[in-house]
Amino acid sequence: MPSRASFPPLPAGHWLFAGITLVLAPHALHLPPWLSAIALAMIAWRWAAAAGRLPLPGKWILVLLLAGSAAGILFEYRTLFGRDAGVAMLTLMLALKLLEMRSYRDAMLTVFLGYFLVITNFFYTQDIPLAVYLFAVVLVLTGALIALNHPASARRWRAPLQLSALLLAQAVPVMLLLFVLFPRLGGPLWGLPSDAFSAKSGLSETIAPGSISELVQSDAIAFRAQFEGAPPMPSSLYWRALVLESFDGRTWSRLRGRHGPEPTLETTGTPIAYSLTIEPHDKPWIFALEVPDPQALPPDSFLTRSLQLMANTPMQRLTRLNLSAYLDHRVAADATLPQLGHALQLPEQGNPQARELALRLRSEAGNDAEVVARALALFREQGYSYTLTPPLLGENSIDEFLFATRSGFCEHYASAFTFLMRAAGVPARIVAGYQGGEFNPAGGYFIVRQSDAHAWSEVWLDGRGWVRVDPTAAVSASRIQNGIASALAAGEPLPFLLRTDIAWLKQLRQQWDAVSTYWDLWVLGFDQEQQIGLFARLGLGIVSWRELVWGLAIGLGAVLGLIAAFTLWPGRRPAPDKVQALYLRFCAKLEKAGLARMPSEGPLDFAQRIRSLRPELADDADALVQRYVELRYGAHASGDMLKSFAAQVRRFKA
Amino acid sequence: MATLASRLFPMLSRLVRGRGRETGPVVLDRRRIYILPTRLGVFFAVFLLAMLIGSINYGLSLGFILTFLLGGVAVVGILHTYRNLQGLSIADAGASPAFAGDAASFHLQFEAPGPRLALGLRWRKDAPVAFDVETVQRVSVRVPAPQRGRLRPGRFTLSTVYPLGLFRAWSYVEFDHAAIVYPRPGEAPPDFAPAGEDGADARPGAGEGSEDFAGLRDWQPGDSPRQVAWKVAARSDLLATKRFSDVEGSSVLLDWNMLAGADAEARLSQLTRQVLDAEQAGLRYGLRMPGHDIAPGNGAAHRQRCLEALALFGLPAHA
Repeated sequence: MPSRASFPPLPAGHWLFAGITLVLAPHALHLPPWLSAIALAMIAWRWAAAAGRLPLPGKWILVLLLAGSAAGILFEYRTLFGRDAGVAMLTLMLALKLLEMRSYRDAMLTVFLGYFLVITNFFYTQDIPLAVYLFAVVLVLTGALIALNHPASARRWRAPLQLSALLLAQAVPVMLLLFVLFPRLGGPLWGLPSDAFSAKSGLSETIAPGSISELVQSDAIAFRAQFEGAPPMPSSLYWRALVLESFDGRTWSRLRGRHGPEPTLETTGTPIAYSLTIEPHDKPWIFALEVPDPQALPPDSFLTRSLQLMANTPMQRLTRLNLSAYLDHRVAADATLPQLGHALQLPEQGNPQARELALRLRSEAGNDAEVVARALALFREQGYSYTLTPPLLGENSIDEFLFATRSGFCEHYASAFTFLMRAAGVPARIVAGYQGGEFNPAGGYFIVRQSDAHAWSEVWLDGRGWVRVDPTAAVSASRIQNGIASALAAGEPLPFLLRTDIAWLKQLRQQWDAVSTYWDLWVLGFDQEQQIGLFARLGLGIVSWRELVWGLAIGLGAVLGLIAAFTLWPGRRPAPDKVQALYLRFCAKLEKAGLARMPSEGPLDFAQRIRSLRPELADDADALVQRYVELRYGAHASGDMLKSFAAQVRRFKA
Repeated sequence: MATLASRLFPMLSRLVRGRGRETGPVVLDRRRIYILPTRLGVFFAVFLLAMLIGSINYGLSLGFILTFLLGGVAVVGILHTYRNLQGLSIADAGASPAFAGDAASFHLQFEAPGPRLALGLRWRKDAPVAFDVETVQRVSVRVPAPQRGRLRPGRFTLSTVYPLGLFRAWSYVEFDHAAIVYPRPGEAPPDFAPAGEDGADARPGAGEGSEDFAGLRDWQPGDSPRQVAWKVAARSDLLATKRFSDVEGSSVLLDWNMLAGADAEARLSQLTRQVLDAEQAGLRYGLRMPGHDIAPGNGAAHRQRCLEALALFGLPAHA
């Protein structure tokens, strides 16, 4: 049964509909287009209904819309729950709620639902531009609340906006206090939907030809690193993530199971201290420099036998870790040697030419170190090239790469080199991680992006232990020293941000990154640990829950007391000349209309004369004069009264 | 028990029992303003709680910020809602009479130091009268008047949920005022008791006599030539008839005793009808009833005097 849209009246409705449109707009980026279109159409329908151009839909149309769209969502996501489908359902509900809205109560609930949808945007991104945008949305939604509760004030768009801004400004100190003092938990209250952290890019658990060159196309940030002392040269920054020891002829993967203890290490020099701020990547590995100081591991992490630093749980939120590393180390002289058999393992078949080459290297060289050197010389001298877009490889991928295509990316070189070493009887493995990073002078830290993803090799040399060998450096020294952008020929499909030829753009970008890093650390990354750290730095020591609650109560009391004083204070007695100036303005308006005040005429006499000469003005003029008299001679004159007097004078038209 | 409670919780006791009737203007301050969340306010708190739990579970820092910001807005909104009543001065501006079965209007005059918006003035559970006060505002509330006499409305509730609708501030005012409720006019157009003192006809139009000049009206066929205003006719080509009215002789007396058989309320009802009809017909009428003997007269003041006498019949002078 169609019915008329009686509430809200339109000036207030504009606020509501605009707020809802704005809150849904960012979701259009990830909702299926048909759902965005339906939601938009429903808002437009409701808007037109409020303007009296369309009737509201009947109950059956709503039921059909709900069933149809829910079926569409089910078809699209294969579920109605989880993050994406949940947001889609909420969007649908909000749009339908608009069409069903008939009363003041409905409209208020719609605004609440709008607030709720603001929060769902944070599942996707929490960066500064979105935060600023959504703050503006909250401003409009709060304006909608005000307009719904006083539709008359919505006739001037400025009035709800001003009050909304005032309310939000006064709420900010309350928010800050709660944000800092509200007790934080270490982890989630219950399990998260499986898609809560999807769409995070990063290293995968295996490496095959093409897997890193694909990742390198992304300029997303993997982590940031800040050194306490002078930062090391970028060429020595090998951020290790994964050690891959198992090879099936094409793909390198992690070795499952335990394979004996890692030999004890002898470290030399002083460790360098640094901190990592790792973007959530939903995997446990931590990008540590070689070798992490076993005495100073971050909490909830452990070292594997191949010296991988692993967190106990996948990193699902921005994590800041303090680490320290020894850049120089060797295996201890008295150490028991690890079992190295798995570091020599190769598939039984395939890549015959490479095996042949390996045997030749072996026979020509005197020892393992020389085998390594000869293999690197081969890469350096035999016309190999470094490219993001290597030709596709077939079944004998190592052979084809080494003898036919001769062009590839780091995973090709690492893979071929490790293969050769194993075939030549030198224990070897692949390490996946990141190399280098862009130093940001604005923030004093390195930015490491997915485009810095890298793969290299480690070989076991007797007496030294595992030694890093980067075959890519033999082919393209520039990649290691100056980063990937300098190592690739023009025309390679690099992300826009990595093109470094515009200096001011780069500088701007670095400053912005410094700002957003502080944002990430202090706003987004503010968790239990940060909270404890902050209290410690303030000299409060360990703060118990009870103390937090007391602190909150006292702080909130103080803040609200101040705001109350500011809001409820009647204001100082206004200066007489200000009142007089306003009165004279009122007289001037009347004089222009031909009704001049006599020099000796008092305000009350003047008001009486106005009543007799211009009765249509009398009511306004009386109220105005009455207020003037109160302000000048009354005992309770206040700043508030002056404000409304000023408004009266402003509105008065003779 | 009640006295103990009132000593311990004067505020609570005022809330429950009111302050009693007041005469002077009332200025709302913290002792008079009460404030509690509305049902929607409670709902909003539930929404905030859901948002807080979501933020905790997903570790959404901006979710915390949004939740705390909205919580802050709600809390600050309490102050703004409270302020919307604070400093408002309310004065009794009288009441308009009504007939029984109708509704009387009570007038209150509001004055505010600054704009006070979206206020509602309500009597008992009736729908509130909505208004804004920029500086001075007079507001009338209609109160049902079921029976004749003095109607004391009791307390009015002034409330507001402005600006956010999450909290409701309210205050009670009860003035020492009353509206006069006239008896419900009787139904049948009555036969006038022909009670002219000298037996003169009391039909409409018969009030015109010949002694006191009472104005001019258009000449009508049948008017006596003696009454034509010849001087006016000479000046303006129009024939006008001079009207005269007699002070005595053509007035009606509405008499309690002439309405035999009915009980007191029915008589009052009939008399009320007669007063109204006589006034409308332009008659001069007097009212005689136990305790009152109102000399014939005419006009709004006279009518009011008669109706008031009927309204308050048998009631104590101040109740």
